[in-house]
Amino acid sequence: MQFAFLLEQVVNGLVLGGYYLLIALGLSLIFSVGGVVNLAHGAFYALGAYLSVEATKYLGFGAAVVISPIAVALLGILFERFILRRFYTADPILSLLVTFALAMVAEQAIRIIWGSPPIPASIAPAFRGSVIIGDFLFSRYRLLILAVVAVVLIGVWLLLHKTSFGRVVRAGIQRPDMVAALGIRLQPYMTAIVMLGVGMAALAGVFFAPISTVHPAMGSEIITIAFVVVVIGGLGSFWGVVIAALLVGVVRGITIHFEPAAGEASIYMLMFLVLLVRPRGLLGERIEKFE
Amino acid sequence: MTRTSRRTLLKAGAAFAGASAIGFPAIVRAQPARIKIGHLVPLTGFLGAIGGYAQLGIRMAAEEINAAGGITGRQIDLISEDSVNPATASTKAQRMIEQDGAVVLLGEISSASSLTIMQVAERNKKVFFSTGARSDALRGKNCNRYSFHCDIPNTVMVNAVGTALNQKGMVKGKKFHTLTADYIFGHDLLKAAKSFFDANGATLAGDELIATDVTDFSPYLLKVRQSKPDVVCCNLAGNQVTNLVKQYAEFGFPYPLVGFNLNTGDAWAMGEGNLSGTWPTVWYHTLDNPASKAFVESFTRKYGKPPENHAWIEYITLKALAKAIEDTKSTESEALIAYFEKQTELDIMKARKGYFRSWDHQLVQEAYPFTVKAKGEMKDKWDMLVLGDAVPVAGQPLETIYPTRTQNPCEMKA
Repeated sequence: MQFAFLLEQVVNGLVLGGYYLLIALGLSLIFSVGGVVNLAHGAFYALGAYLSVEATKYLGFGAAVVISPIAVALLGILFERFILRRFYTADPILSLLVTFALAMVAEQAIRIIWGSPPIPASIAPAFRGSVIIGDFLFSRYRLLILAVVAVVLIGVWLLLHKTSFGRVVRAGIQRPDMVAALGIRLQPYMTAIVMLGVGMAALAGVFFAPISTVHPAMGSEIITIAFVVVVIGGLGSFWGVVIAALLVGVVRGITIHFEPAAGEASIYMLMFLVLLVRPRGLLGERIEKFE
Repeated sequence: MTRTSRRTLLKAGAAFAGASAIGFPAIVRAQPARIKIGHLVPLTGFLGAIGGYAQLGIRMAAEEINAAGGITGRQIDLISEDSVNPATASTKAQRMIEQDGAVVLLGEISSASSLTIMQVAERNKKVFFSTGARSDALRGKNCNRYSFHCDIPNTVMVNAVGTALNQKGMVKGKKFHTLTADYIFGHDLLKAAKSFFDANGATLAGDELIATDVTDFSPYLLKVRQSKPDVVCCNLAGNQVTNLVKQYAEFGFPYPLVGFNLNTGDAWAMGEGNLSGTWPTVWYHTLDNPASKAFVESFTRKYGKPPENHAWIEYITLKALAKAIEDTKSTESEALIAYFEKQTELDIMKARKGYFRSWDHQLVQEAYPFTVKAKGEMKDKWDMLVLGDAVPVAGQPLETIYPTRTQNPCEMKA
């Protein structure tokens, strides 16, 4: 019985990891291609949540799932063209400062538009409740999230590995100078990567709004875990981030099973151990520009 | 030509400097000095949302007092900041007294931060009104002469909800699983809950200690299900209650969820169809008495939304303090302490007046259990609670729901 309970935590942890993945994957891509640590990533997550609450009010949740990430991705174009682009080759500390500032501006902007108290949001009645599959209990809503994450994940993998777009992006991560020498401008690719990254963060916001507090600082809450996932997974590796996100979810679940109070601390312990043994992260590649 | 000696010159200079430091302000400032009040509440973190309401409430009180000519003709200067965490709260409180010249401190929601501010107040011999912290320990074993406690304590919340649950037959012989915030407030609330369970024939099937930065409760909910309880009980605080209630509705467990702590600001943030069960509150904007209605009306006109219970508690506390300064004509700590220790009755916008109990300095007042309105009956998004009868019931002394002198280990040093 004890074992079945533990397994249930493992499975639940995998589902939660999938949600972390939506945020961490974009963060990792933007860092890998542009060399920019996007501290404003959480702001796009928050914005996605707020926009979806508004869209749900008028058009329903189904429409919100589509509209909110697209709106945020379009905002991502402005973000890349007018802000991020100026910092790719600059001292990394500058891009840290500017994205950190942007995160604060975005949080205050949300306060001005929607007010500082949290805004209410609920799951559509159809997705409430849980289902029991075999020995395991799942929230119906989280199964939906899991399905969406799987579709997004497969889509991104195909985009990066089976298209010419993906080939240029992957080459750009490793040897931007060679890509340039071949006469390919990386900038439009970077715009697309930023759109994809912030769009995924917004999608996570859309799905988490009905089951968590929608408040102005929600972005800064999630960004720490997203960073931990990226660091554990290692830079430049698609599967590294995937494995790290799932691992973080599972380790947290197992820890809570045995020692509930240590749940959040376990994530950082995991990061500490991974960095001790593999400073580059689980599947981190050797990337010249970061060495 | 007479030569002024160097020594004389220095003396004159020193005298002039001294005079300008001491004497001049009195001459330059024709109007009486302003009364500086240091105010701290969390504006960020899991208590930040309700802290926002607290700030609106105290600002409104200060503006009203100043517009009416101030206290004994002196205007209030409200120095209001984010308390952030216990260490920062204590540093800021010390700075407000030392550098900004605050004569009184007021505020706080986190019991952990309130405890550190209480120590600053005692060290500096300045009065501190802890407005929103609910831990029993603050008015019990950690109590001190300079600190007054305005919100209902954990024991009262447990009694308010417990009485209502008992009437529904949800306590005797039932198994409870509790989810508890892992800091002084939660530990304290769990203690109060345990003694209530023991006294009323309920058992504790399990307890989860939960760090205050947790936003996903799914692993804890799985553990709850594994213990097969009769009732699940939330001992969390701030937006963690919001998150838990939403996720509890998401999983749709058959065990009823009740809780010993909920602030209306966190209830409003939940959204339709998520909240159910019986909870406690200290005040709600639909309370039917003239003072409360007038306050709700002017607050709503000013801010475009009704006041939350923290807006109310900050408002009545500053008004009570203003009256105390007016009546005693003093901002000295000793005069204020003496005034409140007389158990002076205070209008707190409830059917019955409240007073600070002389020996443990906590505001003795009514509390209310509430349930949740059905969807169709809500007049607006803020109208979501149905208040139960006040506890204690009319006619019974207010102190019956408070811990007695033997139960509350408060020893104040003179």
